[in-house]
Amino acid sequence: MDKINIIKSTAVVVPVDNIDTDQIIPARFLKTTVREGFGEKLFYDWRFHADGTPVEHHPLSGQRGVILVAGNNFGCGSSREHAAWALHDAGFKAVVSSSFADIFRNNALNNCLLPVKVSEQYLENLTAELRTAPDTEVTIDLGRQTISAPKTGEESFEINGYKKECLMKGYSDIDYLLADQGSILKYEASH
Amino acid sequence: MGTTLFDKIWESHVVKHIPDGPDVLYIDRHLVHEVTSPQAFNALKAKGLKVFRPERTFATCDHNVPTLGQDKPITDESSRRAVEQLGINTKENGITYFPLGDPGNGIVHVIGPEQGIVLCGQTVVCGDSHTATHGAFGNIAFGIGTSEVEMVLATQCLLQSKPRQARITVDGTLASNVTPKDVILYIISRLGTDGCTGCFVEYAGEVFRNMSMEGRLTVCNMSIEMGARGGMVAPDDRTFEYIAGRRFAPKGDELDEKIAYWRTLKTDSDAVFDKEWHFDASDIRPMVTYGTNPGMGVAVDAAIPDSAVGCDTATFDKALAYMDFHRGEPMTGKKIDYVFVGSCTNGRIEDFRAFAKAVAGRKKADGVTVWLVPGSKEVESKIESEGIGDELRAHGFEIRQPGCSACLAMNADKIPEGKYAVSTSNRNFEGRQGYGARTILAGPLVAAEAAVTGRLGMPV
Repeated sequence: MDKINIIKSTAVVVPVDNIDTDQIIPARFLKTTVREGFGEKLFYDWRFHADGTPVEHHPLSGQRGVILVAGNNFGCGSSREHAAWALHDAGFKAVVSSSFADIFRNNALNNCLLPVKVSEQYLENLTAELRTAPDTEVTIDLGRQTISAPKTGEESFEINGYKKECLMKGYSDIDYLLADQGSILKYEASH
Repeated sequence: MGTTLFDKIWESHVVKHIPDGPDVLYIDRHLVHEVTSPQAFNALKAKGLKVFRPERTFATCDHNVPTLGQDKPITDESSRRAVEQLGINTKENGITYFPLGDPGNGIVHVIGPEQGIVLCGQTVVCGDSHTATHGAFGNIAFGIGTSEVEMVLATQCLLQSKPRQARITVDGTLASNVTPKDVILYIISRLGTDGCTGCFVEYAGEVFRNMSMEGRLTVCNMSIEMGARGGMVAPDDRTFEYIAGRRFAPKGDELDEKIAYWRTLKTDSDAVFDKEWHFDASDIRPMVTYGTNPGMGVAVDAAIPDSAVGCDTATFDKALAYMDFHRGEPMTGKKIDYVFVGSCTNGRIEDFRAFAKAVAGRKKADGVTVWLVPGSKEVESKIESEGIGDELRAHGFEIRQPGCSACLAMNADKIPEGKYAVSTSNRNFEGRQGYGARTILAGPLVAAEAAVTGRLGMPV
């Protein structure tokens, strides 16, 4: 697993609420049996017309930066982890929204993609700042659990201590579980 | 303070609490399909691991399967490979698999209950958000990602933070033309597509007590569409009757013992929920959606509103533009090109019985393509043995073979660009049923009305 500490980057803004995982990665791209190669299919039907020609001036075409700033309820719908893989594969390290769908949030955390949940007001201000000044750098500091931008200022975000340590040190859940098989066997024996 | 149904099941499955972290949660049943599992099996193999508890895992192929000519090899090469890979992976790991054409094959969330794989008081997971379905039996059932599929295959456990809890109570009596699908579409339209994010929901009240098991499956199935991890209904005699005699269900004394325990699975009267909602059954009418998320719904005899819960104006406008609908327009009378009856939401025998009854001897409307897709081989065989198939075919309808089909259009069952489809499935997202397809979610009775008239209208 990669590690996350401080992410400092310009951001891509897609100010749409309820972006579902079918938009992030359409179902017809899920037939492969590997994890790689989803980045170029990210938001495919928003970036390309039916005939495959690119949609002009779409915020995702000519991606700038590794932070995605999106509307409320990001990642709703299907549990497909391919959505997190596609974002990660396209180079994103963090997604900022005022809320995340639960399954997407877990998938993101399992792929070293940091979901940063901010207040609705902060998201509104940040979106406005980035629209006015697209070259603005946003800083996400996982250690301090803060996000900041020059005009919008700083806000703190929540993450549980276990997950934070996983992301900062590059640990994964499966390693934890495999290392603790004794507890699992003990549970099985008593149930 | 008392505990909830959810608390009781959760606590009995906690292997270990991690301080300032999630719980290690033991998983009783793991359902697997071909789309979200291959990368997990690959990862397991790369680590030199085998499936830890194969007897707790059951697999089927459903998303990539054609709904015609299932006796022949799948023509789409990548779909065929995905399905073949599941056959290989399950064989290598000793997992029970229902391959295409097997009498136990079907959509994962239809066969789980049907085969008696899913019981009560269990933790049930699947790499599929509609795993919420299985909460209908009083289970903690939720969708997971592929990394988590790998964890369950390797250790039969997951790391999960205990979610918040919500209760939705619907009392009163439903009108005869209101189905369980209308109930859940109504609830989602009131709470919004993220109204229950971070929560597990218990459905309570007269309406759910009086609802059939298949109806409860429909309701719990769509819990995820309002953001909930899952939904559940406390098990009762109706639940136990449904389970008895199923292929993988316990039998005889073992079943009696289980039932005695399952009867204790209910929320204490003094338990407190983080969120509570109450609705009245008499306010619920047959529903349709007009936008591009399941929360954008209205009664079929209502007009398109000015806004939707949990949807800002720009997002609302984008949805209406995609649908080519406008604020204030009535939904009744809108022209329909396709009707799809099926999916893990409404692909069970009761749905086809309801559809056939509502068609009531009328012919399929000219110019409307109707796909009736059973949720499983068992549903397919009941459609035929009950004479529903012959009757519907005589009136111009086509019954296809089981699978997820047009719900997400991974196979050839795609709604063409710009066309309107009334679908009994669960998602009306942009492009969900095919590039540019326009989906109107509804229950089987509204679907029947659309199939015989070619337009949206109030079912009798």
